[in-house]
Amino acid sequence: MKINDNMLSATEKAIFALRSLYRSRGYSQYKMSKFEEYDLYAENKNFLVSDSIITFTGMGGKLMALKPDVTLSIVKSTNDAEGTVNKVYYNENVYRAKGGDRDFGEIMQAGLECIGEIDDYSLSEVLMLAAQSLGMISEDFVLDISHLGIVAEAIDILGVTVSGRAQILSAIADKNLHSALAVCSEEGVEEEKTKLLRALITCYGEPEKVLSELDPLLSDGNGRAAAEELKRLFLMLGNSVPRDKIRIDFSVAGDMNYYSGIVMSGFIRGISKSVLSGGQYDNLLRKMGRRSGAVGFALYLDLLEELEVDREEYDVDALIIYDENTDICALRNAADRLSAQGMSVTAQKNIPEKMRYKQLMKITESGVEIIEGHA
Amino acid sequence: MLNIALPKGRLGERVYNMFAAAGFECPALLENSRKLIFENEEAGVRYFWVKPSDVAIYVERGAADIGVAGKDILLEYAPDVYELLDMNTGICRMAVAAKKGFRDDPKKTLKVATKFSNIARAHYASRGRDIDIIHLNGSIEIAPILGLSDVIVDIVETGTTLKENDLEVIETVVPISARLIANKASFKFKGDDIERLTKHIAEQIKG
Repeated sequence: MKINDNMLSATEKAIFALRSLYRSRGYSQYKMSKFEEYDLYAENKNFLVSDSIITFTGMGGKLMALKPDVTLSIVKSTNDAEGTVNKVYYNENVYRAKGGDRDFGEIMQAGLECIGEIDDYSLSEVLMLAAQSLGMISEDFVLDISHLGIVAEAIDILGVTVSGRAQILSAIADKNLHSALAVCSEEGVEEEKTKLLRALITCYGEPEKVLSELDPLLSDGNGRAAAEELKRLFLMLGNSVPRDKIRIDFSVAGDMNYYSGIVMSGFIRGISKSVLSGGQYDNLLRKMGRRSGAVGFALYLDLLEELEVDREEYDVDALIIYDENTDICALRNAADRLSAQGMSVTAQKNIPEKMRYKQLMKITESGVEIIEGHA
Repeated sequence: MLNIALPKGRLGERVYNMFAAAGFECPALLENSRKLIFENEEAGVRYFWVKPSDVAIYVERGAADIGVAGKDILLEYAPDVYELLDMNTGICRMAVAAKKGFRDDPKKTLKVATKFSNIARAHYASRGRDIDIIHLNGSIEIAPILGLSDVIVDIVETGTTLKENDLEVIETVVPISARLIANKASFKFKGDDIERLTKHIAEQIKG
């Protein structure tokens, strides 16, 4: 079957391109059912983008949920196996609160998950595929990467209360230096200890530059190990993705109860929100009593609608008007001929209200006659 | 082109002057007119006048790249935006006020009238106080007078309106001021302009 590329929306094109990208790296497709037992989500509510879930009572009396997320189901369906990594990709609809009115919506999501013994190879492959996924949708993209090991060190140094910690994490995510420093001041943190925090909020951009600015501020503990990991991963990315599209930005947030290492967020020019999010979520697997590690990302394909700015000028290329005296065989032949020439054709007895057509035609004894528009 | 949402009114005019001093001028904006959109192609800037409580929505949805919104709106609606700067203007506070001499009876549910339901809820939740929120859209001050509520949670600037209605502030919930906010995606693609502007305004505030 031949598919005309021009007929596909940005979302449809993305689905085909991503599928072939993920398959080329050995990922197999994960197909899921629409329902899952509610308990899975109730136990891991903070891992979900939204805690609003559509629930119903199943035939056996169990509380069920329309899936608000794919990752938890994939994690549940895999087993721990030493020395191997389960690699799956998906393209599924999920159901959760959407938009400003917080009403439920159906959200088309694509993405991939790597579950097993996660090492630098898996991490760099996922980073590369995240960047390449964005690149397949538009050349004008940015992939922001953060590392929670560095964020954790910046907050641990401060020695603030649990509530102060939450406020500072939220301030880092909002690039809100004034509020972060206000919390530190309220909790009596010495200025010297806020240096790394200041750097995390104010330094972003080219990885080498950011990492070298952070270097003198990191201790020899987890923060430095995290920075070294980032350095190795960027080195491994090599030229597989355009280097100017990959940036370090610590405002990429991830709940530390679930995420443990790199976290990422992707943006495309013309779309007002992040279209990709993901990271390494070993802590989620620990909470579920698993030994494996995991890393993955999701792309929110419904947001690609914002790229569909070039709305078609016409609904059809040709509108053929006919009446009860028209020879239907001649009409069919004319429509077939125009369609074979690559035109979109519709035949109507009257012009439908507000229909935009390039050419208006009628059937005459000598064939098709254009009565409006140009040949 | 940098799209900037300004809050209609005196605060908007004040912050526009800060933007203009930072090199993002658009003199037509201050002319008396009913127009809402102004553009200066040369300076690469387009301004919109919008209702102050709507600025965050324009920025969050990407219709504006940056904007100026009160901290009250950011706390109430929690838009997904970057909060780049405290502009140190439009200073006031979110406060709890009640009739003079009011004494909170912890045995009873506290009736709280407010336009800022989320801020009020979070404030009392942090203290474990059981409350009943009465959401109003204006003239909040009359709620305690008419017995509709025990207290109000509202913005207090000078306190004159409270005084005239025989009310007094019993505690401050949070200090409020205007904040420079940015759309997260715009920050990725127009970061240089946004950073230049932010830096310049930060210097003006310090100066």
